Amino acid sequence: MRKFYTLLSREIRSYFYSPVAYIVLFFFLLVSGADFSFQLSFMNQRPLSYSVQEAFFNSVFFWFAFVLIFPLITMRLFAEEFKLGTIEPLMTAPVRDWQVVLAKFFGALVFYVILWIPTLIYFWIFQAVTHQPAANSSGAYFGSYLMLLLLGMFYLSVGCLASVLTKNQIVAAIISFCVITLHFFSGLISFVLQEISSSTRQVLGYFSAIEQMGALSRGEIDTRPMVLYLSMTIIMLALTYQAFQARKWRL
Amino acid sequence: MIKVENLTKRYAGQTAIQDLNFEVGKGEIMGFLGPNGAGKSTTMRILSSFMPATSGRATIAGFDIFEQSLQARAHLGYMPENVPLYNDMRVTEYLDYRAALKGVPHRRVSERVGDVKELCGLKEVEKKLIGALSKGYRQRVGLADALVHEPDLLILDEPTSGLDPNQIRQVRDLIKNLGKQHTILLSTHILPEVEMTCSRVIIINKGRIEACDTPENLLGQIRTAGGVVLEAKVGSDDGAEELRKIAGVRDVTASTDGEWEVFALRVEANTDVREEVFRLATARRWTVRELSQRKATLEDVFVEITHPDAE
Repeated sequence: MRKFYTLLSREIRSYFYSPVAYIVLFFFLLVSGADFSFQLSFMNQRPLSYSVQEAFFNSVFFWFAFVLIFPLITMRLFAEEFKLGTIEPLMTAPVRDWQVVLAKFFGALVFYVILWIPTLIYFWIFQAVTHQPAANSSGAYFGSYLMLLLLGMFYLSVGCLASVLTKNQIVAAIISFCVITLHFFSGLISFVLQEISSSTRQVLGYFSAIEQMGALSRGEIDTRPMVLYLSMTIIMLALTYQAFQARKWRL
Repeated sequence: MIKVENLTKRYAGQTAIQDLNFEVGKGEIMGFLGPNGAGKSTTMRILSSFMPATSGRATIAGFDIFEQSLQARAHLGYMPENVPLYNDMRVTEYLDYRAALKGVPHRRVSERVGDVKELCGLKEVEKKLIGALSKGYRQRVGLADALVHEPDLLILDEPTSGLDPNQIRQVRDLIKNLGKQHTILLSTHILPEVEMTCSRVIIINKGRIEACDTPENLLGQIRTAGGVVLEAKVGSDDGAEELRKIAGVRDVTASTDGEWEVFALRVEANTDVREEVFRLATARRWTVRELSQRKATLEDVFVEITHPDAE
């Protein structure tokens, strides 16, 4: 277990060694802050039936920033080690392959969580200034951040897989960006296709991250996305582990 | 310490190494020699569990490198070719990380890291970013990393490549000192280095072991086991013919340097014919400018084994 923590702490620290972490943090805060202020000014113009917090997590602004951060966080995970050759000292130390894969995944997850923590301040400020609740209930906070965590885990595991397939970080970023964007915006299919039956629309809705986000940010906690994204994450990490081990196949 | 049996590695149709068999005993410094692409790095990467062999087996300190890879790796300090390092970490930080990763007990980490920094001369750069270090210092960081968990065995892939002569000397002395406590397998192109540091040498060419012996024995075995050079004025005599009559001389080649004739004598191993040559010259009243013995070097062995036709 100590080796896992050693690997994990290096992974987390390695984000802050490079300027990438600070640039991602800066622009992410900038975009999410702009999103928050736009939503507020929009809401000031007319009465609306949803909360500030709901609006924040369901805007185009948010989506744009959201899909873009995963390739940036994950592209270097394995690709950089392959490129620099540091994979050789790493894997000739007495560590297991799964320890390395999990350390990289959880390192990325910790950075991702750090990215989101400042957004809690927005709602706190809103409540402090307006003396009105930013969300309908505490369940709405819990739901929306739970959804962020679940979807984040899945997308980070996609990024891990993309990064283990190549030694070129750009290629890794493009693969994960395409897969994540396709998956995320496929949630809009039922809005685009007009001539589908309501039952098809319902089935598509089960898989739509955007619809799930809408529901969870209203505080409708549903176990279906939890099961979906946790199992998808495990599948992606298992694939990553297999691809990482491919170099050891006896061909 | 290392035992290799019928180790074979094929990449996509190409055979990198073929049926390697050798052993390295405890406390030996084994030199691994061969031209580029002979399979040195491949063998070392297999031994360090970085890549699998196609067939055959190998053990390190009694642990099978495929079945008990983790235990085998724990007994091994490996320094890869070109020493890949995390450029964004500082020297001490990196060594601390590596020590923890290799299972050095928590309370001993700073002591061990201090020791290897001392040993490898890294004290003056300990707070520097690895990315800012010169090639020589990077090499030393790699060596310190290989040593930090006190392994029984060191595998060093070209530890002196890319260093200047002073740095090479420093690294060579360091390796010699390490050889007192560790078993070492090192690969290199630099032949004098092997003669100076290694107790045994493996010469590998095109994936096969061509020779495996002590440097002294290797020198004794080869055809061009050294020779004698004579530069003299022989007048009307056929110098080459006369010299061939001396017992122990295999062959004589003659050439001229101005009015001097230069004879290169190839002699049988472990024979010194200089005395006979001197007697012949005085008897025949030849004027002698030079009479010297040329010792064969490992370079001759290497050239002869890896390029048998390059005479």
